[in-house]
Amino acid sequence: MNLTLKIWRQKDAASKGGIQTYPLGGVEPDMSFLEMLDVLNQELIDKGEEPVVFDHDCREGICGTCSLQINGEPHGPDRGVTTCQLHMRMFKDGDTITIEPFRAKAFPVIKDLVVDRSSFERIQQAGGYISVNTSGNTQDANSIPIPKDQADAAFYAATCIGCGACVAACKNASAMLFTSAKVSQMALLPQGEIEADRRVLAMVEQMDKEGFGNCTNTGACEIECPKGISLENIARMNREYLRASVK
Amino acid sequence: MGVLDSKVPQGLLAEKWVNHKNKINLVNPANKRNIDIILVGTGLAGGSAAATLAELGYNVKTFCYQDSPRRAHSIAAQGGINAAKNYQGDGDSDYRLFYDTVKGGDYRSRESNVYRLAEVSGNIIDQCVAQGVPFAREYGGLLDNRSFGGVLVSRTFYAKGQTGQQLLLGCYSAMNRQINRGKIQSYTRHEMLDVVLVDGKARGIIARDLVTGEIERHSAHAVVIASGGYGNVFFLSTNAMGSNVTAAWKVHKKGAFFANPCFTQIHPTCIPVSGEHQSKLTLMSESLRNDGRIWVPKKLEDAKAIREGKLKPTQLAEEDRDYYLERRYPAFGNLVPRDVASRAAKERCDAGFGVNKTGEAVYLDFSAAFMRYGKEAVSTQKIENASEEQIRELGKAVVEAKYGNLFQMYEKIVDENPYQTPMKIYPAVHYTMGGLWVDYNLQTTVPGLYAAGEANFSDHGANRLGASALMQGLADGYFVLPYTMGDYLANDIRTGKIPTDSPEFDEAERNIRGQLERFLNTKGTKSVDYFHKRLGKIMWDKVGMSRNATGLKEAISEIKALREEFWNEVRVPGTIDSMNPELEKAGRVADFLELGELFAKDALHREESCGGHFREEYQTEEGEALRDDENFMYVAAWEYTGEPANAILHKEELKYENIEVKTRSYK
Ligand code: SF4
Ligand code: FES
Repeated sequence: MNLTLKIWRQKDAASKGGIQTYPLGGVEPDMSFLEMLDVLNQELIDKGEEPVVFDHDCREGICGTCSLQINGEPHGPDRGVTTCQLHMRMFKDGDTITIEPFRAKAFPVIKDLVVDRSSFERIQQAGGYISVNTSGNTQDANSIPIPKDQADAAFYAATCIGCGACVAACKNASAMLFTSAKVSQMALLPQGEIEADRRVLAMVEQMDKEGFGNCTNTGACEIECPKGISLENIARMNREYLRASVK
Repeated sequence: MGVLDSKVPQGLLAEKWVNHKNKINLVNPANKRNIDIILVGTGLAGGSAAATLAELGYNVKTFCYQDSPRRAHSIAAQGGINAAKNYQGDGDSDYRLFYDTVKGGDYRSRESNVYRLAEVSGNIIDQCVAQGVPFAREYGGLLDNRSFGGVLVSRTFYAKGQTGQQLLLGCYSAMNRQINRGKIQSYTRHEMLDVVLVDGKARGIIARDLVTGEIERHSAHAVVIASGGYGNVFFLSTNAMGSNVTAAWKVHKKGAFFANPCFTQIHPTCIPVSGEHQSKLTLMSESLRNDGRIWVPKKLEDAKAIREGKLKPTQLAEEDRDYYLERRYPAFGNLVPRDVASRAAKERCDAGFGVNKTGEAVYLDFSAAFMRYGKEAVSTQKIENASEEQIRELGKAVVEAKYGNLFQMYEKIVDENPYQTPMKIYPAVHYTMGGLWVDYNLQTTVPGLYAAGEANFSDHGANRLGASALMQGLADGYFVLPYTMGDYLANDIRTGKIPTDSPEFDEAERNIRGQLERFLNTKGTKSVDYFHKRLGKIMWDKVGMSRNATGLKEAISEIKALREEFWNEVRVPGTIDSMNPELEKAGRVADFLELGELFAKDALHREESCGGHFREEYQTEEGEALRDDENFMYVAAWEYTGEPANAILHKEELKYENIEVKTRSYK
């Protein structure tokens, strides 16, 4: 396949960036999207130019490091996958592909396609945990039976990889889907109940401080989320928040 | 020169750890506030240690190259975590877990460490559940288990195919609590480039801020290396792109012995290589071997027709299929340990029975499981006169509930539907049992320098059993280091803050800066990846699944030559004082180019086959690994002396007092 790539290049956080165009040949359908970028970078290095910097690590859809706004969509046109799992068979010979970083005030660009998602870190640090020390004499794991459906629901909420696609998909750059996934996981488990009020208040407060936008229920986040995190989590967080704030 | 004293406590096996904990020094809570600890790596081992040490009151700094501790590659572990809980009442016990692990490791691990691992395994599950890790449960609300290779009980706890993710998020949440309290300072997008020794003790590190390029000095009273394994020396592996040996290798060059580098696990069930552009390999969890059956065609002409696309696997009659694991190992069948399963796949493919274009793939087939589960569903749901099709569909739904995400991942990568046609799999580099030599306290041969998780060598011998890596990482971090480090740090309560303006820090920083500048100034003609791929090819061809003396000698000289070429010919664009992934990679590949040579040297010196180390010269008539206990029942710990070729061998003799050493048999 031959492609035309339009890629956002930006030297560093302080510089202004812009789109540059690169033709690329020899792309095969069973390459992953990032392998396609590897090929481009190899060409750039051989020509003595600086390669395009992008975030990636596990390349199997689980670490949440990769990002990219591909033709306007976070993680590209395929559903239920991260950019590292996107394959070039989703594109056609002759296509033009625009590749930009995730856009959000709370995700400033560091370089080229790499953004700073430490705002997500701070939301989790604010309260995304159960306060239990490691002691070696914690009660036996089976002494707290949890109905399977409830455990499964907590698990599904916990599969969020923290990639930020939900924010990039949202016209308000809201982090509600991400935050609510974490809040839900713990709200659904008896172990997390005791601190539930404090947790939801602290996490939401931090989320607002970071400059994420409001949720206006457009649902774009759910569509673009590679892990299928559901909007129900937002509803659950809203209920939790309401309950905690009237107390 | 360090002395190889493993410091294993006296006494009965089952009492060693308890007695040791009762006797070792403690640091009182007020003094802990005056003690700083650095942890390099925030996966299960580093993350759990960081959280626990901070809970105890120490000042902890963590370093990871990822943009969040949660992204460490432990996150990718799929199948599960072992623990001797005996919830299934199938006769499991600490001793049995210990026994299975030592046997699975082909009698090349340290008894006392493995027993301790088994002993704390139950606590790990309790701890994780208390943290809110959503393990899979049965309808009664209790925890569910499954089986993994090499054992005859069900002791694996899991969270679908994302167990590593859920455990790491548990650790990460415990870390976050301490970050919030100000007890952990988390340095993300930072890479450790060297350790700093003062008076022979580890007293800090040199790290590079990967965003600004700044080179930083950080001091501490003790340093823990929990930076994972070195599988990426093969270029293609199931590791993350950034996984590297730099932290471990740099401390090796400063005096920490490196143990058993040649013990590497090649995982049997990975998605086969699809082409030249391949950047990494993807694992299909071992848990699939619970329900999938592995086979190749019985006849060469069928294999050929399949490779040419003239025949479909589903068209092949039952009697024309060779379920070679079930045939060779009737007792364990598809659940033999990883090393055995990998070699058996290679044996069939080398003999011409491979089933993809390259001839390097075998089938993992679920059709029998669909029918088995379907029949179960028909009976529990009391469906009468179900058609075969109906049964199959019901069975598929059960399999989907168990492994849905793995099937989906497979389909996305390969573009074939594994519910309709068998998966194709092939072995790939996955885990390294070798690593930094540590004593019973997980201390390396450098005082104050510890190693945990995959970065150390201690528990898995020559082969790791499935679902044991997560167990070991968390055991080291939650339950071992927090005690054993106190014993050492008790002597440091009056030391005070370690200054970073000492000549030792000056020199370490100067060296690192010099190395980085050299990369940038070489201005050669070939990229870092070019060298990494060539190194990977040498390793895979000559130091891979099976090895022989001739190939290993060639590998040693080829790697040495490649290393020289690298230093003269590498091209690294960009600058030192900015985000520069090519510069990061150059440093990592430079270290792989040294480690690779030691790896091959270790494989050459070990004139026996054991676990993941298979020397063609040493095999039984049936092609099984032939150990030489008389001459090689030891840990090979290498001391660095300037060149990998000149590394000095130190032996830790292994004694088995609580387990009978046998030929490993899974027949
Ligand atoms: S909710 Fe979905 S899109 Fe948002 S961070 Fe989590 S996985 Fe990514
Ligand atoms: S690189 Fe890990 S999710 Fe894409």
